[in-house]
Amino acid sequence: MYVYDEHDRQMAAERVAQFRDQTERALAGELAEDEFLPLRLQNGLYVQRLAPMLRICVPYGMLRSVQLRRLARITRDYDKGYAHFTTRQNVQLNWPNLEDVPDILAELAEVEMHANQTSGNCIRNTTTDQFAGVQSDELTDPRPYCEIIRQWSTFHPEFAYLPRKFKVAVNASEKTDRAAIQVHDIGLQIVRNDAGELGFRVHVGGGLGRTPMVAPVIREFLPELDLLTYLEAVLRVYNRYGRRDNKFKARIKILVKALTPAGFAEKVEAEWAHIKDSPSRLTPEAIARIQAYFTEPAYAALDNATDLLARQRFENRAFDQWLQHNVDTHKKPGYAIVSLTMKKTGTPPGDVTDRQLEQIADLADEYSFGEVRVTHQQNVVLADVRQDRLLELWEQLGPMGFGTANLNTLTDIICCPGGDFCALANAKSIPVADAIQRRFDNLDFLYDLGEIDLNISGCMNACGHHHVGNIGVLGVDKKGQEFYQVSLGGASQHDATIGKILGPSFARDDMPDVIAKIIDVYVNKRTDEESFLDTYRRVGIDPFKERVYA
Amino acid sequence: MPDIIFRDGSIRQNQWFVVSRPESGEALDIPEQKRVLIPADLWIANREQFAGNENVGVWLDSHDEPEVLAEYVNQLPLIAVNFPKFSDGRGYSIARLLRERFGYKNELRAIGDVLLDQLQFMKRCGFDTYELRPDKDIRKAARALNFFSQGYQAATDTDLPLFRRRAS
Repeated sequence: MYVYDEHDRQMAAERVAQFRDQTERALAGELAEDEFLPLRLQNGLYVQRLAPMLRICVPYGMLRSVQLRRLARITRDYDKGYAHFTTRQNVQLNWPNLEDVPDILAELAEVEMHANQTSGNCIRNTTTDQFAGVQSDELTDPRPYCEIIRQWSTFHPEFAYLPRKFKVAVNASEKTDRAAIQVHDIGLQIVRNDAGELGFRVHVGGGLGRTPMVAPVIREFLPELDLLTYLEAVLRVYNRYGRRDNKFKARIKILVKALTPAGFAEKVEAEWAHIKDSPSRLTPEAIARIQAYFTEPAYAALDNATDLLARQRFENRAFDQWLQHNVDTHKKPGYAIVSLTMKKTGTPPGDVTDRQLEQIADLADEYSFGEVRVTHQQNVVLADVRQDRLLELWEQLGPMGFGTANLNTLTDIICCPGGDFCALANAKSIPVADAIQRRFDNLDFLYDLGEIDLNISGCMNACGHHHVGNIGVLGVDKKGQEFYQVSLGGASQHDATIGKILGPSFARDDMPDVIAKIIDVYVNKRTDEESFLDTYRRVGIDPFKERVYA
Repeated sequence: MPDIIFRDGSIRQNQWFVVSRPESGEALDIPEQKRVLIPADLWIANREQFAGNENVGVWLDSHDEPEVLAEYVNQLPLIAVNFPKFSDGRGYSIARLLRERFGYKNELRAIGDVLLDQLQFMKRCGFDTYELRPDKDIRKAARALNFFSQGYQAATDTDLPLFRRRAS
């Protein structure tokens, strides 16, 4: 994991001092609300329905145990003793005081954390696959590129006042895309060209929100060393020509659509031609320097614990289920990737208490070289667990609340904070997730259904990624009443698809029934091998419509 | 006229008067005995009259294309870029293009909704003078210009990004 050097430390300290100065001027009335707004947003601070909300950056989802413990302490000292894992691999505090925020940022800086550019019309946290570096099918570890992008985008003087927010995601796996890169402003797929050189396929103009779009490819192969100059060219074209007259048409996807992907690509290439050979072009040494922070931990030389695990699974059915659903294959023999689910029924998806943060830190130290990853599905990953210690780990998870073996099932719901917390929301989302989790509480039935992404957003800003859920739920406001629109067939991986709206929206109380009817149709129509998405793609939306609106 | 901030934080008297764009059909009204900044397209349209005049510079609005000035930049004593609203970030790209692409050497000034917290970004993008909005405290400018001692990226102020400085 990346470790700050004296330059990073100095800029982090200067940033805290700057925001302290800005906060003091805001509290003294020297900064109007609209003038302070982008400054506090770019330091992670929203003013929400009930209180300010602080979004703390977790660069590409990586956290060390010391950072988890600091987060726990901050939630105790400055908040109500809990935090929330977001769908952008970040962490949110729901109840800080405005005047405490500079102190919170100073405490974060001590453990190499910050809240830079977690909101506002700037380049946001770059995200990637939560299994980066430990899965066997990736071309190379994507995290060094994320860190390179993080440094380039941090306090970029030209791109702090873009037309709208800007999100970049990187994926290095050929088979999966857990980073959902095609619904980002820029999606970078790491590829090799015919000559075997490493580079990126560049997608631009994807996104969710009220105009969901899958990002077209604007360059098939960008050589590795050209990463930053090309990003700079894309951002400059966007900064100059993105719409600023209408907030809802200001994302880069609208510009790409207006110019056509080919027209947009042409403008980027023309801009890039001027800067591609500038000193901003990366060097092999610069990349190697960052890569050196992401080397493998001190793995033991092990064999796969196949026999041991088989025996343990045979003796313990619940362990068997957990292993099947929450544990993934590691590239190293004898190791496994463990997902801790933050989706226990009765707790809002992604919420953790201060004590749980410390428990995760302890587990990381004991079982996974002191590091964890936060996922955009709002779960936490221990990436390097010895197979022969899985049972011992699993036995501790239940009492802690992380052992629900529902990863990637219907009740592993992605859910935004919704109307309970968020000022933008049209409707609550957490109670809908809760009602669905209660309705589908039979794990055997969930396993039989297989992988289904159910994503819930409380408004069309789509923080819950509803467009790309196999089943998407969107809260809408109808004359002051909360209703829920359902869409089907969304997908976020290499086959990224925007879901199709099923029909008129539903009252909140009806939602568990609606989901049950949708599931019914799937169960009746599926063939043995089909996932929910496969069946939907084969039979189309009509059978679902007929059943739900019968 | 309000004073002007220089990139080193010093504050000096403003010499330049910004002439607004005339209503359509009306002639450009240039006050006498002043150094003036006129809309860039009007300078271009009348450049035989203005070229070489050290008392006439231009200003660009945030939606203007700096490319129109590309071949004339160093005939101008001063180019100003207007920020109609501080949150309109196009002026930063305009400044970098004038400096880095078109090789503009003379004074580059930020005008309009210029506040304290954007000054250091402006400085990094090549602006060297700033006409702060009059209700802001000009004495705080020197601090705001120097919140950060360095940046990660190359910009107009340095063509060496941190990854190259680290290597040396």
